[in-house]
Amino acid sequence: MNPAALLITVDLTVNGERYTVDVEPRCTLADALREKCRLTGTNLGCEHGVCGTCTVLVDGEPVRSCLLFAVQMSGKSIRTVEGLAKDGRLHELQRAFTEHHALQCGYCTPGFLMLAVSYLEKNRNIDEHEIRDLVASNLCRCTGYQNIVQAISAAAARLR
Amino acid sequence: MKAAAFEYHAPRSVNAATELLARHVEENARILAGGQSLVPAMALRLAAPAHLIDINGVAGLSDLMLDDEGHLTVRACVRHAAFQQQVEQGLLGNLLSKVVRHIAHYPIRTRGTMCGSLANADPASEWCLVAVTLEAELFATSSRGSRSIRARDWFRGLMTTALRPDELLLEVRFDALPSDTVFGFQEFSRRAGDFALAMALVTLRVQGGVIAEPRVGIGAVEPSPRRIARAEEMLRGAKPSRELYEEAANAAAESVDPLTDARYDAAYRRGLTRTMTFRALNEACPA
Amino acid sequence: MTMIGQSVQRLEDEPLLTGRGKFVANLSFPDELHMRVVRSPYAHATLLNVDLQPALALPGVVAAWTFTDVAQIPPIEFRPTKVQGLEPYRQTILANGQLRYVGEPVAVVFAETSYVAEDAADLVGIDATQLPAVLDAPTSCIEPAVLRKEYGDLDQAFAAADQTLTLDLAIGRHSGVPLECRGALAREDRASGILELYGAAKRPHANRDVIARMLGRDAASIQLFEGHIGGGFGVRGELYPEDLLVCLAAIRLGRPIKWIEDRRENLVACNQSREQSHHVTAAFDNDGRILGLQDEFFHDQGAYVRTHGARVPDMTAAMLPSVYRIPAYRAVAHFRLTNKTPAATYRAPGRFESTFVIERVLDAIARRLQLDRGEVRRRNLIASSEMPFSRPIQVLETDLVLDSGDYAGLLRKAQDAFGWEALQSELAKRRAEGETVGMGLALFLEKSGLGPTDLASTTLLETGDVELVTGAASLGQGVETVLAQICADAIGTDYRKIRVVHGMTSRIRKGFGSHASRTTVMTGGAAHKAALNLKARILGVVEGRYDLPVEVLDIRDGRVVRTDVGGELVVTLADLARDNSGNSLEAEGEFVCDRMTYPYGAHLAVVAVDRETGGVEVRRYLVAYDIGRAINPMLVTGQITGGVAQGIGGALYEEFLYDEYGQPLSGTFADYMMPTAKEVPQVEVLITEDAPSPLNPLGVKGAGEAGINAVGAAIASAIDDALGEQAFVTRLPVTPIEIKRALECKPGM
Repeated sequence: MNPAALLITVDLTVNGERYTVDVEPRCTLADALREKCRLTGTNLGCEHGVCGTCTVLVDGEPVRSCLLFAVQMSGKSIRTVEGLAKDGRLHELQRAFTEHHALQCGYCTPGFLMLAVSYLEKNRNIDEHEIRDLVASNLCRCTGYQNIVQAISAAAARLR
Repeated sequence: MKAAAFEYHAPRSVNAATELLARHVEENARILAGGQSLVPAMALRLAAPAHLIDINGVAGLSDLMLDDEGHLTVRACVRHAAFQQQVEQGLLGNLLSKVVRHIAHYPIRTRGTMCGSLANADPASEWCLVAVTLEAELFATSSRGSRSIRARDWFRGLMTTALRPDELLLEVRFDALPSDTVFGFQEFSRRAGDFALAMALVTLRVQGGVIAEPRVGIGAVEPSPRRIARAEEMLRGAKPSRELYEEAANAAAESVDPLTDARYDAAYRRGLTRTMTFRALNEACPA
Repeated sequence: MTMIGQSVQRLEDEPLLTGRGKFVANLSFPDELHMRVVRSPYAHATLLNVDLQPALALPGVVAAWTFTDVAQIPPIEFRPTKVQGLEPYRQTILANGQLRYVGEPVAVVFAETSYVAEDAADLVGIDATQLPAVLDAPTSCIEPAVLRKEYGDLDQAFAAADQTLTLDLAIGRHSGVPLECRGALAREDRASGILELYGAAKRPHANRDVIARMLGRDAASIQLFEGHIGGGFGVRGELYPEDLLVCLAAIRLGRPIKWIEDRRENLVACNQSREQSHHVTAAFDNDGRILGLQDEFFHDQGAYVRTHGARVPDMTAAMLPSVYRIPAYRAVAHFRLTNKTPAATYRAPGRFESTFVIERVLDAIARRLQLDRGEVRRRNLIASSEMPFSRPIQVLETDLVLDSGDYAGLLRKAQDAFGWEALQSELAKRRAEGETVGMGLALFLEKSGLGPTDLASTTLLETGDVELVTGAASLGQGVETVLAQICADAIGTDYRKIRVVHGMTSRIRKGFGSHASRTTVMTGGAAHKAALNLKARILGVVEGRYDLPVEVLDIRDGRVVRTDVGGELVVTLADLARDNSGNSLEAEGEFVCDRMTYPYGAHLAVVAVDRETGGVEVRRYLVAYDIGRAINPMLVTGQITGGVAQGIGGALYEEFLYDEYGQPLSGTFADYMMPTAKEVPQVEVLITEDAPSPLNPLGVKGAGEAGINAVGAAIASAIDDALGEQAFVTRLPVTPIEIKRALECKPGM
């Protein structure tokens, strides 16, 4: 059998929970999360690292999960959109997004949430210019970005 | 856009990595560091390595080292993001922190590596321009031994370097910049974070009212970045002035042999070369 | 408190925020197979042979088809139309002997995983003889149809005119490009014989009927389900070959079939749009009044006629006169085929193009006569006293009657909000100081509420909630919330107590989907009626049961109350539903309107141009829009802002380019550039309600396309202002190299 097709067992820690999955080396982190862990909240927009829709956190840093292979992720702490709300309570960012109508179709939303979460956890004092720079990392086709910037700004203020 | 199948290796030492490269050199083995260029190419199936050698777990490769003479050594797995804070307190650290802001976007910078960019040699890579302009030294290693290559000898053409198929780019070393160095970095791209259509990096010193040690590097316009000797000649020993900068910028524009494609012709790229050079000069030493 | 006009938070958001979206890629059935399409690598070729063997030999591959396996399936239909001559140019679901565009489906493979399916597809061999590619509509000799619209005496107009001017204008090929690629999941339930298709969008009922006809089964045996949709913009939800292939495979292979497109496929196979080139001549007097307008244009349809037939050029030709009187008019639209990805509708289809053309004409007249650009428009506007204004042409085979509008009033409000006069002086001063800055203006006419009819049904549930079942489709625009607001307002309860059902063909017998900005008008109209009917039924039941005359009853906050005794509670809706002895309280509503309604607005922009690099920055943007009546202003603003962002893409960045062999050059997101947050400024939105539509009881007009319609025109106008006399934008997108050419006084901008 082609050695490249052999499955490798990987332990993924996602949102604090352990998932043991068997994957081909070429299985991306995005696909492993979606297909093996059945965490379908992370969406695929382009699969070549430009749109940022697939953004998740790995050891606290935002990364494009379509550009990582699952086999690289043993021992890493992964956070996805499914882990933001706690005990049924929305994260401040999620609340701000709905209050400010920062989502329409919602497809890019998990990517923006994870991007913003990581940044806000490290930078409490963030001005609108910086937020717009951050938001420019990801693509949205519905909102025109304005409300996303406002939502992140509002959440930053509340988290301070 | 799923990558073609490959065998995955995660060596824990440089020797193990180079041994793997040697063993699989005939089968299109590639090094995986940041993956921000390689993995998209694999998704598009423009690259289909049969073996992927992941060096993210190799001890010591995330090191950034500063020695007593001010040499900065950047090892293979140091991420772009590391340069967002000044990694050394002099002009070099300052320059690197200014340039890094232009590289892609924040989530790419958390994974992509400086050495990865140097090995990939995309014409629009900021680090490639920096390496060539500052005359960095690159160190490659393989199971056959190690060698150093000067930046000016490293870039051999579009996406092509002096790195041999069985070699790993281990580290790159920069000299410290004299404390009275001034620099300017300008690039033009269509959107925030896009690959630049033209870049200029200028460093110089002003001594006795005239320019000394000018370096003018142009990137993104030609298949490889390089210093433009004609422009530097004009600047050396001359008094900074707008007219001088225009002349030097014109010289740079005339020297380059631009890449062309369906969207941008040579004349346009020459124009950008002129503009970026002028602006970089004016940024370094406002006239 | 009325629900109408309230910017309430959306009902749709929670699953989307918490990662529980039901986008079709998130659905899976046990035992499913993955479909992967093998696509033509050539723009134009004669197909000699397709070798499926290497694919079939790969472990995990279950089946593979070429045209011979699907030859009995007819080509994909287009919507009924009076236009003749389009039939021969329909697309078969796999290529039959000829390859006509890069990306055309040639074969299809079915495998156990999507990874293996892609491996297998790469192994399929295509043997073909390449032919020269036709890439220019004006020189293409394949012309399925020519559309003509005219009225008035054009010869007389030109004879009487003081001046004429002619422009050659072009819009580059671009499209909606939603962030979610297309996808479909089909399975056939052998026991019930029902074929289920998941991932439906836009117009589920109509698509179901077409699929049924094409597969030779009755519509009742097919059900379409809409989950969440990652953006539509006109391109998702039309029927494509892949949809039929997925259904056919589910039936033949007896397993669920899942197809998820990837981005590279999407950029070559999903509908493209916008590419037109116009030759327009205006006859006008020395005061700038247009006496006659003549336009001949070429519409680049790509390789096949798709589900819209010739609607896009029809709309361009019909909407070109826009908000202006234009006493005499002729438009001749050449509908031509080329070897590019087929085209269809993209948000404000035909109108982004027509607004660019007419507004360029007005700016050119203004420049020629040295008139203020606002003033020259004012002199040509249809007055509000002339409403309803009948233009003697048809649009989408309905009479073009402008129902209501105060165009001059809106222009004034827009200019005031923007600070037009003061800005003019300020920018002139800044230009004198060396900045290259300018402002632009464009007016536009939109159309919405495409009927002729829509249906909704309401049921009072035992919880006191109301279920509203519609045939609408959600593309992410907030359909549920708006319909809930309308329904809640009419019944007298909170919008959160309305459960809106949409996109499910099995739940309602007639549905028309969501497109052409129709939902608030048509489905909203039907929901409003159904809700009023339900309220009447409820009060009728209460009247009988509690022996109280209907005249003293009302429903407020979900409670039936007595209006004669200061709002005293009679019964809550929940209690009423529970006590109704098993008889459900329900009502239907059908809204009929065979005319469209016509919202309108203005776009104003400030741009800054870098003379050396040719880079353009949009510094300010304002949209003023009369929506008749806004159900949820926050959602309207969202639609407009999103439209502006896409419009900026079309004006400055987005284009599907092809090389001389017809090979696509915009194949990834690195080459097809869409605006990020740095390219879109804060958009100012002024919503007015000065001209409610007389065509529906709520007075509403749609909002989906207002933000995008005039962006090309407004930005062109602003760039001209910035660059001065030497420049006149004639082509979109305006790229840096075009700016440089204009500045270097080279012709062809």
